[in-house]
Amino acid sequence: MEIDPFIFRLSIFILSIFIGYYVVWSVTPSLHTPLMSVTNAISSVIIVGAIIAALAGSPNNIFDISSIFGFLAIVLAAVNIFGGFLVTQRMLQMYKKKKNNKK
Amino acid sequence: MISANLSAIFYLISGILFILALRGLSSPDTSRQGNYFGVIGMVIAIAVTFLSIGNFSTSIIYVFLLLIFGGAVGSFIAFRIPMTAMPELVAGFHSLVGLAAVFVAIAAFLNPSAFNLGSIGDIKLASLIEMSIGAAVGAITFSGSIIAFLKLRGIMSGAPITFAGQHYLNLILGITIFVLIFYLCKSQSETFFWTVIAISFLVGVLLIIPIGGADMPVVISMLNSYSGWAAAGIGFTLENTALIITGALVGSSGAILSYIMCKAMNRSFISVILGGFGADNSSSATKDKQDQKPVKSGNAEDAAFLMKNASSVIIVPGYGMAVAQAQHALREMVDKLKKNDIKVTYAIHPVAGRMPGHMNVLLAEANVPYDEVFELEDINNDFANSDVAFVIGANDVTNPVAKTDPKSPIFGMPVLDVEKCKSVLFVKRSLSPGYAGIDNELFYRDNTLMLFADAKKMTEDIVKNLD
Repeated sequence: MEIDPFIFRLSIFILSIFIGYYVVWSVTPSLHTPLMSVTNAISSVIIVGAIIAALAGSPNNIFDISSIFGFLAIVLAAVNIFGGFLVTQRMLQMYKKKKNNKK
Repeated sequence: MISANLSAIFYLISGILFILALRGLSSPDTSRQGNYFGVIGMVIAIAVTFLSIGNFSTSIIYVFLLLIFGGAVGSFIAFRIPMTAMPELVAGFHSLVGLAAVFVAIAAFLNPSAFNLGSIGDIKLASLIEMSIGAAVGAITFSGSIIAFLKLRGIMSGAPITFAGQHYLNLILGITIFVLIFYLCKSQSETFFWTVIAISFLVGVLLIIPIGGADMPVVISMLNSYSGWAAAGIGFTLENTALIITGALVGSSGAILSYIMCKAMNRSFISVILGGFGADNSSSATKDKQDQKPVKSGNAEDAAFLMKNASSVIIVPGYGMAVAQAQHALREMVDKLKKNDIKVTYAIHPVAGRMPGHMNVLLAEANVPYDEVFELEDINNDFANSDVAFVIGANDVTNPVAKTDPKSPIFGMPVLDVEKCKSVLFVKRSLSPGYAGIDNELFYRDNTLMLFADAKKMTEDIVKNLD
């Protein structure tokens, strides 16, 4: 009897929920806003699906309907990745400045 | 071209880096390192995707151009956005994740062979279920976040929009989505797929319009959670571990934040979802009665005098401070007080502002050291031993009614015990009630001095008077 690969993915999913649960509870409340912006950025890893879709067009028609949706998703996810990580960095930088001032 | 096994391992590594990115946020010192882990994880995931495809057509040029275009737009926004607008920004970003999930699901549905999911009209059953759930949750995230964005931005009124039978309608639409997915699996028909997405967009709107402005911190956290589940749904479709791990992390992160926010307002998650909070006028009777009570009001000079003669001051900032952009003036005031050897600390209620941790970021922006900023449970006992509480832009989170009046809509909500201070300075533009629509008993206390003015202007005037 072979185990369906879906079950493996489900196991990863459920274990990750537990990891997420413990990791997020340990986040200090003062960093909850950066937490939201960074989760935003990392959930844009959905771009991997967008890239596969965009590159799947046939050589003589690279803009078939499915790849167009891929291209659009790339733009959306890219805005999020760059915007999310940079704005998080900008916020975290402000938490640093004061430390230095105090020293 | 790398093998599927190798790329799966790289996706796992990028998933682990994302876990470390969140782990870093457990303290400000490790947070920046965490963010770099996140960036590295993202770079690995994208690089591996390119390598695993291998045979590039000319379309790769467009992929890079669009990546750069999207990246430039994102960077521009990230550098230009004022910190006070973070809630809108996050809501806007959530909507993009949601829409991207919908688009990827559509692309997979229209060209399943590109993702090894079967062929058109004969998509694997599990994949079809996964992609329609991903698309549905993504669509709800998208339209819900757009409504949240419009409300936060003030383009749409923050007042809850309710109508008869609203919840039944949502329930029916929710069931319809599941029925349609069932028929989609049986028939593989495109029509069902598009209908599922269309109804989900509608559900997203209907879910968020009844929720009032005061509940926005919960809404944002909730949408954060949805965007994670949408990503996980797509992750199952694409059989991609990086996406599954990330989706689970983000999903549970948003869920925990929603829980924390609900708890801070002593409201159940269900009652927030059902909405309508802040719309009832049941408290108007008590308001009329209290309007006749005397209110002591003062000016900047009085406030400066009180604070100069204090030995400890606790500052209670709220959303009004963000609206008035008073955080920099506030910091100036605190600097002056500190020069006079007055101990100054900040007390932050978990739901102050329009999103979790919003006040902390604004104070950080104004260079307030984070070790002077305390959470509710850490500072609440200090009010009794302090001379002055300076409430700036906060209202409902200081209302003693939450402790005394079981009939009040905010009864049981943990509040900051500002009234225990020897004197309370309350900066506010008028006596109008806060978002919960209830009068604040604090205004009429003997030890309260109301400072009626714009928060920024008042703080600047106090600074002048402190010299």
